[in-house]
Amino acid sequence: MSAAAGHALGLRGLTKRYGDFIAVNDVSLEIEQGEFVTLLGPSGSGKTTILMAIAGFVAPSEGAVLLDGRDITPLPPEKRNFGMVFQGYALFPHMTVAENVAFPLRVRGMSRADRDAKVRAALDLVQLAQFSGRLPKQLSGGQQQRVALARALVFDPSLLLLDEPLSALDKKLRAELQEELKALHRRVGRTFINVTHDQEEALSMSDRIAILNHGRLVQAGAPGELYERPRTRFVADFLGKSNFLEGTVRQPAPGGFMLEVGASRLAVAHGPGTAPSPGTRSLLSLRPEKISLLAEGEAAENQVEGRILSWAYLGAGFALRIATADLGELRAVLPSWKSPVAPAEDLPVRLGWSADAAVPVEEDAA
Amino acid sequence: MSAAGRTGAGWWLLILPAFLLLVVFYVAPIAQVLTISVTEPELGLGNYERLFTSSAVQRVIETTLRICLITTVLALLLGYGIAYAITLARPRAQGWWILAVLVPLWISVLVRAFAWVTLLRRQGLVNNALLGAGVIDEPLPLVWNEFGIIVGMVHYMVPFAVLPMLASMREIDPRLLAAARGLGASRGEVFRRVFLPLSLPGVIAAGVLVFIFSLGFYITPAILGGGKTLMVAEWISLQILDLIRWGLGTMMATMLIAAILVTLLVFSRIVDLRRIFGAGA
Repeated sequence: MSAAAGHALGLRGLTKRYGDFIAVNDVSLEIEQGEFVTLLGPSGSGKTTILMAIAGFVAPSEGAVLLDGRDITPLPPEKRNFGMVFQGYALFPHMTVAENVAFPLRVRGMSRADRDAKVRAALDLVQLAQFSGRLPKQLSGGQQQRVALARALVFDPSLLLLDEPLSALDKKLRAELQEELKALHRRVGRTFINVTHDQEEALSMSDRIAILNHGRLVQAGAPGELYERPRTRFVADFLGKSNFLEGTVRQPAPGGFMLEVGASRLAVAHGPGTAPSPGTRSLLSLRPEKISLLAEGEAAENQVEGRILSWAYLGAGFALRIATADLGELRAVLPSWKSPVAPAEDLPVRLGWSADAAVPVEEDAA
Repeated sequence: MSAAGRTGAGWWLLILPAFLLLVVFYVAPIAQVLTISVTEPELGLGNYERLFTSSAVQRVIETTLRICLITTVLALLLGYGIAYAITLARPRAQGWWILAVLVPLWISVLVRAFAWVTLLRRQGLVNNALLGAGVIDEPLPLVWNEFGIIVGMVHYMVPFAVLPMLASMREIDPRLLAAARGLGASRGEVFRRVFLPLSLPGVIAAGVLVFIFSLGFYITPAILGGGKTLMVAEWISLQILDLIRWGLGTMMATMLIAAILVTLLVFSRIVDLRRIFGAGA
């Protein structure tokens, strides 16, 4: 398998309607050569429909799928030369591991000798060479997943499509395979398109994430960019957790403004970009881990007093729910090893965060 | 005896009535058939010797096996097509298909045999239509021969072929077929390399069921064979009821049972028999 043999894929105004229901609504996305892109969204967001349209199993109602600029929308799946790992892997139960991996080569009419060499190389790639004679049902879930990967990569596909590749595995194995998948992506240098509803999986593996909701592409970008600069309330809420603060804009200045929420005024530094006009409503997303508990005499750009409603110990940290007078209920996550106070219900606390911790976000269109 | 042992014996007593019923009405008559076959007209294996010496006996067995094999093959081919169409049909259409397969099962086999006679006889619908269309000059001999028997039997057997095959096709994960296409297989290859091999257990199950069923078939061959082509069941009835040769008739009945048991034994090594008889997978 040669390195950097990736291809670029483009979606242009992709739309899929089932009767009155719009599963995918005007989605355009450019995926670069060798990129690992994850389509992330809740169930019913249209992510799987998009993947199936890329694979050729779903004919779009409108729009086009382009491979290296060439329109491949009318091609049937078997002519697209894309590798695909299905949800549940879809290994052929009547074939051994080696026969499963050889299947795509066999239907391409490759000679037996070439086939054997390629199958061996693919099984080596996923470290399953010693299992080649077994049937899929004799393998563990993780091993089956790797066979599905080997089968999807053995014929040097232009793209690798992954449909919830890790959803059938338990949590620990999932974390292991996330790393493996990412390493595999680097090794084979191919374009990977992954579909998942698991935001952790998306954050840890992808070069870029495209977030979908109700069939629309809400935001696409690098994981850190999406997490730190969510464009809408949905993105902030779906990717990680978030507090939302709504208020009126006061004193706009380049790079920041004050947000008036009840009797409180919060300093907001939103970096470059035009400030909202004074008097308009604005919504802020504030990540729970960016809130800290202030010790006696400690100060922060934004400070709020409150009472602990409930708390939970999570090992690495405490998760707190705090009632405040003006900002309602806030969630905070604190590292447990350096918490200034031992949490207790009804304990009065002071919360603080910096001006650049909160990010203005838009309300999602209904 | 321990308490557990006593309760165990108690449970066994509960099935005693069923056991007795089975012995009195099923095992005992079969044992009697077996006994008569070695005692009438005289003690010994004289009746079984006919298997090797009588060309009439051999001809009946040969005819029966030939008709059963042809019936099984045709019923499997037709049934496979129907089961495949049902599997691919939309859920609502599936219901209608299955109804169409099952309805013939609820119609008396006698009625169906006579229906075929009216269709296939010399002045029947088929011959008249062909004569009228000028395809043939003479009516074809479509009934009261092996052809007629096979038509009637295949018609009867198709539902029994469809149901086990349908069950096994429905167990095939549709994602496997999509995966095969995604990996580059054409529709034909998907069928040949994935669908067909995965549906094979159902085909074998259906084959065994139809073959065993056909071996002892009586009414359809009797009516559509017109007394000229004899299959085992009709031959047995002829020996016992008309010729009063109990020994010979029961010998053939014993052979029939033996043939069925041997077929089951052979195929139980290949497929899960519980599946054939409806215990599910």
